[in-house]
Amino acid sequence: MAEILPLREAVAALVHDGDSVALEGFTHLIPNAAGHELIRQGRKNLTLVRMTPDLVFDQLIGMGCARKLVFSWGGNPGVGSLHRFRDAVEHGWPGPLELEEHSHAGMAAAYAAGAANLPFGMLRGYNGTDLPAHTRVGRVTCPFTGEELTAVPALRPDVGIVHAQQADAHGNVQLWGISGVQKETVLASARSLVTVEEVVDELELRPGAVVLPGWAIDAVSVVPGGAHPSYALGYYDRDNAFYVAWDEISRDRERFAEWMRQHVLETAGVVA
Amino acid sequence: MSAAYTADEMMAVAASRRLADGMTCFVGIGLPSTAANLARRTHAPGCVLVYESGTIGAKPEHLPLSIGDGELAETADSVVSVPEIFGYWLQAGRIDVGFLGAAQIDRFGNLNSTVIGDYDSPRVRLPGAGGAPEIAASCGQTFVMLRQSPRTFVSQLDFRSTVGFGDGPGAREAAGFSGAGVTAVVTDLGVLEPDSETCELTLVTLHPGVSADEARQATGWELRVADGVETGDPPTDEELEVLRSLKTIEEDVKA
Repeated sequence: MAEILPLREAVAALVHDGDSVALEGFTHLIPNAAGHELIRQGRKNLTLVRMTPDLVFDQLIGMGCARKLVFSWGGNPGVGSLHRFRDAVEHGWPGPLELEEHSHAGMAAAYAAGAANLPFGMLRGYNGTDLPAHTRVGRVTCPFTGEELTAVPALRPDVGIVHAQQADAHGNVQLWGISGVQKETVLASARSLVTVEEVVDELELRPGAVVLPGWAIDAVSVVPGGAHPSYALGYYDRDNAFYVAWDEISRDRERFAEWMRQHVLETAGVVA
Repeated sequence: MSAAYTADEMMAVAASRRLADGMTCFVGIGLPSTAANLARRTHAPGCVLVYESGTIGAKPEHLPLSIGDGELAETADSVVSVPEIFGYWLQAGRIDVGFLGAAQIDRFGNLNSTVIGDYDSPRVRLPGAGGAPEIAASCGQTFVMLRQSPRTFVSQLDFRSTVGFGDGPGAREAAGFSGAGVTAVVTDLGVLEPDSETCELTLVTLHPGVSADEARQATGWELRVADGVETGDPPTDEELEVLRSLKTIEEDVKA
């Protein structure tokens, strides 16, 4: 049964230095506030996992929380580069960053395999590219047709963190709109945290929504605005202007550090 | 005679004209999304836009800044999870046309979106493969949109993120890819198509006011030019008007 905990307590209880941590959100419901709490608590040597690392991963990497990144596309969507990510890969600042990269389809298959407690996911992919020489993939042969397929190792993060619109008092969670790999992240991870916009007396079930029962989640934290500058459908829009502004803020190491001090380190968890 | 237009506008128009009504298109952000939305508002109203965020049949009023903008979900026929969009829809072969960009392309339409320089100590770390490898593998056809210069049209990729025609004829079949591969590369100078026998990208259309020599000089290998290479039509007034109404909204959002 999910415990409803303040974000600070939930992160302290669930995430330890050296853990692999997936913070997912495919452009929607990105758990930015939870990422900020990881930074405030000074987590180190994390293996960060996400299909589409964007601003919050740029911040975690720039603040020295990450040792390794498992990902498939790292950028500021519609804007350009992630400057802190690039600085880490190109110049080893603030420290070296090991990479394990896949394609989106490979990551999606790896999450689905993890959620199903299978050892690998498979697809017809990666053939003929330079990816296999630089990442963890293998080949499997179909026992029925003989077809050769690409195998990607299942993703089994120590901790999975996602944001959702609603929970009820029992920690049952409902999210709707673009659902990304939110469900797979929670189910593939050994421990899970869901931040939500609000707790309601009773979940009003919506057609097409993803509902995660409280018994499949470890902790729920109520963080209104916790996806900002991403969005929560039905609550607030994507802050496109902030994504554009981040390009300038993150370009320079000192300006970045000052922004993080003001908006993350010296706040009590208020969403920037 | 059309009004003045930019190279980006010509690219969007040239790509949009290749989309037929009723086609299903897997689109990313930027010029591909602009081209597909232009087609949907002009000659191909039944064009189905599929974004990798899982929005199938999105009908945005505004051009999105990200592939997951709320408007895509709110206007879609169906919204599915990421494992489903890549598994059941893309890799199962249900998409007619996939659009891709890249940092580099080679003569066989292979793409680099991973690094410039050496992988382990890159000069420029690019975002990575994202959805591109399986889009190029599985869509019926793939359109690439990329400005043409010796830096982008290279004889040797720094990293092969995505397979167009691999090392030439037969490579796609050997890799088990279902789609036809890169069937058009739309640049700011013209359009390239693969040769039916050698798979090598060949200049088949020039945009108005561009010469074949300019295209050759903007290519990092000895560019093949089709016999009877044609000059395409400039954007019509209607195309420009619709395109600019889309653009204006995009710029409003960015401002």
